[in-house]
Amino acid sequence: MNGLERLEFRDVARGRALQERLDQRLSESNQTVTVMHVCGSHEQAFARYGLRARFPKALQVQMGPGCPVCVTDAPEIDRAVALAERGYRLLTYGDMLRVPGANTSLADARAGGARVEVIYAATQAAEIARGTREPVIFFATGFETTAVATAAVLLKDPPANLFVLSAHKWVPAAMEVVASSPETTIQGYLAAGHAATITGYGLFEAFVARHQRPVVVAGFEPLDILSALLLLVEQVLAGKAEVVNAFPRSVSQAGNQRALRALFRVFQMGDGDWRGIAHVPGGDLCLSSAFAAHDASVQFSADLDAAPRRLPRADAAQCRCGAIMTGRLTPKDCGLFGSSCRPDTPVGACMVSTEGACRIWYEHGQHEVSA
Amino acid sequence: MTNSSDPPEGRVRLAHGAGGRAMRELIESVFLEGVSDPEARAMGDAAALPLGDRFLVVTTDAHVVMPAFFPGGDIGRLSICGVVNDLAMAGCCDVLALTSSVIVEEGYPIEALRRIHRSMQLACVEASTKIVSGDTKVMQKGEIDGVVLSTSGMGLADRVIRDSGLEEGDAIIVTGTLGDHGLAVLSARHALGLEGALRSDVAPLNGLVRAVLARAGSELHAMKDPTRGGVTSALVEMAEKARVSIVVDAQSLPMSDAGRAAAEILGIDPLMVANEGKALIGVARGAVDSVLAELRAHPLGAQAACIARVQRGVPGEVMLDTGFGTRRLVERDDTPLPRIC
Repeated sequence: MNGLERLEFRDVARGRALQERLDQRLSESNQTVTVMHVCGSHEQAFARYGLRARFPKALQVQMGPGCPVCVTDAPEIDRAVALAERGYRLLTYGDMLRVPGANTSLADARAGGARVEVIYAATQAAEIARGTREPVIFFATGFETTAVATAAVLLKDPPANLFVLSAHKWVPAAMEVVASSPETTIQGYLAAGHAATITGYGLFEAFVARHQRPVVVAGFEPLDILSALLLLVEQVLAGKAEVVNAFPRSVSQAGNQRALRALFRVFQMGDGDWRGIAHVPGGDLCLSSAFAAHDASVQFSADLDAAPRRLPRADAAQCRCGAIMTGRLTPKDCGLFGSSCRPDTPVGACMVSTEGACRIWYEHGQHEVSA
Repeated sequence: MTNSSDPPEGRVRLAHGAGGRAMRELIESVFLEGVSDPEARAMGDAAALPLGDRFLVVTTDAHVVMPAFFPGGDIGRLSICGVVNDLAMAGCCDVLALTSSVIVEEGYPIEALRRIHRSMQLACVEASTKIVSGDTKVMQKGEIDGVVLSTSGMGLADRVIRDSGLEEGDAIIVTGTLGDHGLAVLSARHALGLEGALRSDVAPLNGLVRAVLARAGSELHAMKDPTRGGVTSALVEMAEKARVSIVVDAQSLPMSDAGRAAAEILGIDPLMVANEGKALIGVARGAVDSVLAELRAHPLGAQAACIARVQRGVPGEVMLDTGFGTRRLVERDDTPLPRIC
């Protein structure tokens, strides 16, 4: 077969069969089911394959805090900007460049002459540091998936001039916040297959027991997602709350133990503010004291303290990223979406990241889906 | 966002060169200011000026590509093919002559310039044309990144094809696999070490287009080459200009195995990626089979496929039918791949 989608997990006929079963279950039950995914890659897959256009009307799939770029808080961006503006060489992942801090971004800082460089892998940061004597600061972002990569670099004889400014986050902590919210209407959770590959699906067992809501671990191909949604909806309709691994070709019960050991040798959980969401206890991955020599927040604390405080831009107050990331609103409920907030002029972080709900909806025309 | 130190209208951003809306806005607000000529205001890739009962078609194109040498081509080949293809898309397949300006950085290896020149000459032979005039400038080290080429071309056409000519009921054919150029350049730029046969498709299309024009005649309604911004950007522009709607069938999009693998690994939508040797051709439904047969008989059209249909719908709307659902194809306002052509 010719075509973009000839892979086995993109088999259209099987996909249609799953869509029909999903329809059938929901229409038989005569109920509305609301579930949440907590992964930007899932929203991307929904958008890429146009899946939302064929979701049954009785199924609401809300977007959770699943984009690491989006939940990076403005003060965290401001700290990176401050170090770059003080002349330090700053490396980061491309998605972070245009994320607005209080009133400026790393891209703005770069346009103003600061040295901000994009890297594609944490290992590049160490390579760059080895090639120079000046301090190199890696503004490290992402969930447990990329945090492991940062940890691996710091465990492998890192050059003394490499410093990490960590904005890494731990997703399960944010799921806890969402599920604990008294106003939550979420009846089940679709967990991210790549993160669960690291953490193991066993991690969700305590969560399910505590909140009595099912969790299904899902992969990212259309058939992965549709079959996981079906398993999740069936549990909700049957009143069950279990952890189901619908991505067994990658995810195990215990996860990647070696990666987890590396992660927790380098990082410790700290409480932090996630942009737009709330204070998330245990949500930030901070460098442990054993790595203080490479911790930019320790080594450059004088520079960070000396940075001017920034005031938020005027329209930031209208940004609904927080409500969108906790599943209370969709991008089109935001008055800025597609008008003053666009990928080239983002107001909120959700419009910046390729994993951000607003950006995904904008670029995949989700704002004008026709069934 | 702007800094307080910024000039009132802001500064040029990379998005202004990405081929999407930001670029059109810059052109309209700066370069079309005070310009009333309708041919210029049409913002086509080439302009057609009446000359007796024929048309003189002219175009110009600047090339900055990083790296200058990439799998399947180099900046020299790109500079010739870019201009030849802009002329061909307007229906001008006999390219009378090209001019070429070279701006080069102090310290640039002369051997590299020779390589670039040789590949320009080879591309001219393939396109049956020649460079008849040129200019050379050298900038101080650091004032320009390596080498920049600017090429202009002209030729005569009996009939001018526009990218605005789609009609309801038309089918859209693409002449081969999608995304190869952008993915090959991206892979080379970042030394991603992707294995396999990922190569730029950069090639002059005037021979292929001549054959199609001869076969399809007046049943060929519109043409555009999906360069910067890829198929998405090209189709959106065609749909907007013709006030029609387009539905693309994802299952029918031709891709090379290497291109598909690279797009998957890099997480890049191949529909957003530049092609430098492909054309989108809008033809009357009844002409699809004969045009496909003509294309597939040509070495540059062997993978040609019918990928979309034109319908009334919402003017300017381009939808992708994935088989699992549908979504709208929307132009990017920034570029995932700066400086690829």
